[in-house]
Amino acid sequence: MKTLVTNIEEQARQVGRDLRFMEVCGTHTMAAFRSGLRQLLPDSVRLISGPGCPVCVTDPSYLDAAIELCRRPGVIVATFGDLVRVPGTDSSLERERASGASVRIVYSASDALVLARECPSKHVVFLGVGFETTAPTVAWAIWRAARDGLRNFSVLCAHKTMPRAMDMLARDPAMRIDGFICPGHVSVITGTQIYRFICERYWIPCVVSGFEAWDILKSVGMLLRQIAEGRAEVENEYSRSVSEYGNRAALELMNEVFEPCDDVWRGIGTIPGSGLGIREKYERFNAAKVLEVKFTEAHVNPLCRCGSVLRGISTPLDCRLFGHPCSPAHPIGPCMVSSEGACAAYYKYERVVA
Amino acid sequence: MCLAVPARIVELHDCTATISVDGILRDVDVSLIEEPRLGDYVLVHAGFAIHRWDQSEVEELQAIRAATDLRETIT
Amino acid sequence: MKRDRVLLAHGGGGSLTRELIETVFLPQLENSLLKPLDDSAVLVMGNSGYAFTTDSYVVTPYMFPGGDIGKLAVCGTINDLAVMGAQPFWLSLSLILEEGLPLADLQTIIDSVRAAAAEVGAQVVTGDTKVVERGKCEGVYINTAGLGKIAVPYWLGSANVKPGDAVIINGPIGEHGVAVMSRREGVAFQTSVTSDCAPLWPLVKTILDTGARIRAMRDPTRGGVAAAVCDIARASNVGIRLFEEAIPIGGEVRGACDLLGLDPLTIANEGKVLVFCSAKDAERVLAAMKDHPAGRPARIIGEVSAKPEGMALMRTTIGGERIIDMPTGEDLPRIC
Repeated sequence: MKTLVTNIEEQARQVGRDLRFMEVCGTHTMAAFRSGLRQLLPDSVRLISGPGCPVCVTDPSYLDAAIELCRRPGVIVATFGDLVRVPGTDSSLERERASGASVRIVYSASDALVLARECPSKHVVFLGVGFETTAPTVAWAIWRAARDGLRNFSVLCAHKTMPRAMDMLARDPAMRIDGFICPGHVSVITGTQIYRFICERYWIPCVVSGFEAWDILKSVGMLLRQIAEGRAEVENEYSRSVSEYGNRAALELMNEVFEPCDDVWRGIGTIPGSGLGIREKYERFNAAKVLEVKFTEAHVNPLCRCGSVLRGISTPLDCRLFGHPCSPAHPIGPCMVSSEGACAAYYKYERVVA
Repeated sequence: MCLAVPARIVELHDCTATISVDGILRDVDVSLIEEPRLGDYVLVHAGFAIHRWDQSEVEELQAIRAATDLRETIT
Repeated sequence: MKRDRVLLAHGGGGSLTRELIETVFLPQLENSLLKPLDDSAVLVMGNSGYAFTTDSYVVTPYMFPGGDIGKLAVCGTINDLAVMGAQPFWLSLSLILEEGLPLADLQTIIDSVRAAAAEVGAQVVTGDTKVVERGKCEGVYINTAGLGKIAVPYWLGSANVKPGDAVIINGPIGEHGVAVMSRREGVAFQTSVTSDCAPLWPLVKTILDTGARIRAMRDPTRGGVAAAVCDIARASNVGIRLFEEAIPIGGEVRGACDLLGLDPLTIANEGKVLVFCSAKDAERVLAAMKDHPAGRPARIIGEVSAKPEGMALMRTTIGGERIIDMPTGEDLPRIC
């Protein structure tokens, strides 16, 4: 570990200027903060968090729609635990549950299917949130529901994919990104080749990283070395889990059930081709259609800076609401309530480090 | 949310398997990986195995953890 | 978003519980005896000091690997007395039973109550029973109160901890929480982890008998070690630094936490005690603990400093540092 850190210091000195490396995976954000590795980096190397937390980038209108659904008698909303405390315009799924609505936390999309089978008189809506790591598991659930002729199951789909978002960030000169630490588990599914265009188009080096502190530090070192050597390539630090072409079965399933669509990322706006929509063939599992969901404009606290935090433009400390009153116990924005949000990471792990 | 843990397959069923994470047993779906075998190590995310590891990859993870994670495991 | 209803997280033993106490209970009920909000209230009657505590137990399921709600109720109350340095003597036992509860289960629970109390020589001296309609509670809820006599000529309390003190724990963390969770519907994992539920008085007595001056003790139940050290750091206005590599944790508990994305530091324990004592007494206390069957895996896991005031930090295995935050409380409902 010490060698890794010394190498980083050495290389940073060689490069001789301030560098901003962006990670785009909430789990990387958390790993970096929890392990305390940020303090081991030299001052010239800054790790910024990008929009890697799927809960954080989910538009508040989606939460409002989920809340409206769970208030309907005869509907059970099944969701990953991460979404339960996220505030919509004036409520949250947690609060609705406290008022008697049917909200069930599940660990897997397949649990939601089991729930649908066990409660044939109710319609189970699964909240499909997550990037390419999670999307295949939800695709499987839809495919399986179709195969089994399930009539009381659907997915409210808000899945998003990384490449277009990274493209938008890389393209923006104000972002000044010197390197990407690419998401490890997304890459297990997609393979490393999806990042090549970033190197070719923008000359920004990319390293796919694992989640141990070791992995992240090693990846920082690899980025530094690329910069020192004037290269911009996709390198794979997480080779024990990630290959060049990814998990073919998962990709095929995703392609069978989903198709790319434009999607709104909270605080960023619409990114074309960055979302996954349920194909017409599986329309009867598309909750938005089947249950006639209306998405209305949500109201967001104007002082909340989740949007610029998600783009890596501000840090949570720049937000007037940070800490007072926005905290994990009283979250105002998703970056604070999500277990992987940048604001939560700062608040929980770094708000004062002596 | 991209939480994924390495786990060992201890039982195989048709499209699910029982995996062990440090002795904790749980059933996961193995539809997304090719030819799962008993004793294989897999990466588990949201109730699904998303990647199968070979022995050298497992050893790499164990080496990293041994080097940095000094917590003693009490069994 | 205005919060106008009780949420599950309010019962989690974390920051929301504290908020409920501060905004709803204290304004109406505050007095000098309640104010310290320690595990027990300390009362002086005549020339003697007593500790008085109450707890309710709503654990679901009410039978779990390593115990049941009866054992939990008695041990929990005994432990709240023990950590104030009090020998437990008298307990009350108040039961709320669900219509349809099998009498055999009730018998088992009462047997557990008897056995746990007998282990420390405490007696159930008063009780009550209510029955509610089917569906109005999950089998059994128990409330206990306990009265004990303070066994040392000084006060222990969460406000007593000082810079330089050592933090010691008697064994691996997270066992109770993981054991209970494994039996929850919808969580679905199997494990051989059993609850560490146990009465701590015998171990605490050994610690007190060393003659070392113990500043404070805490049993890290709901909210785990994280909530306990945050509370103490706040109450004593000191900084507490835990060393990640020193914290004992079993492989299966770690596996369960990895699988479910939980922090082992926030998971409930029912047979563990955190001991805060001066640095010069630490080795002596540690040796005494290790000599006792309930303390063999005991470790020094941290130290107290003047700064950062009121905060708990973790020195990580890679040498970095991060805050140990007060858990909000919703990860594991109905764990105690």
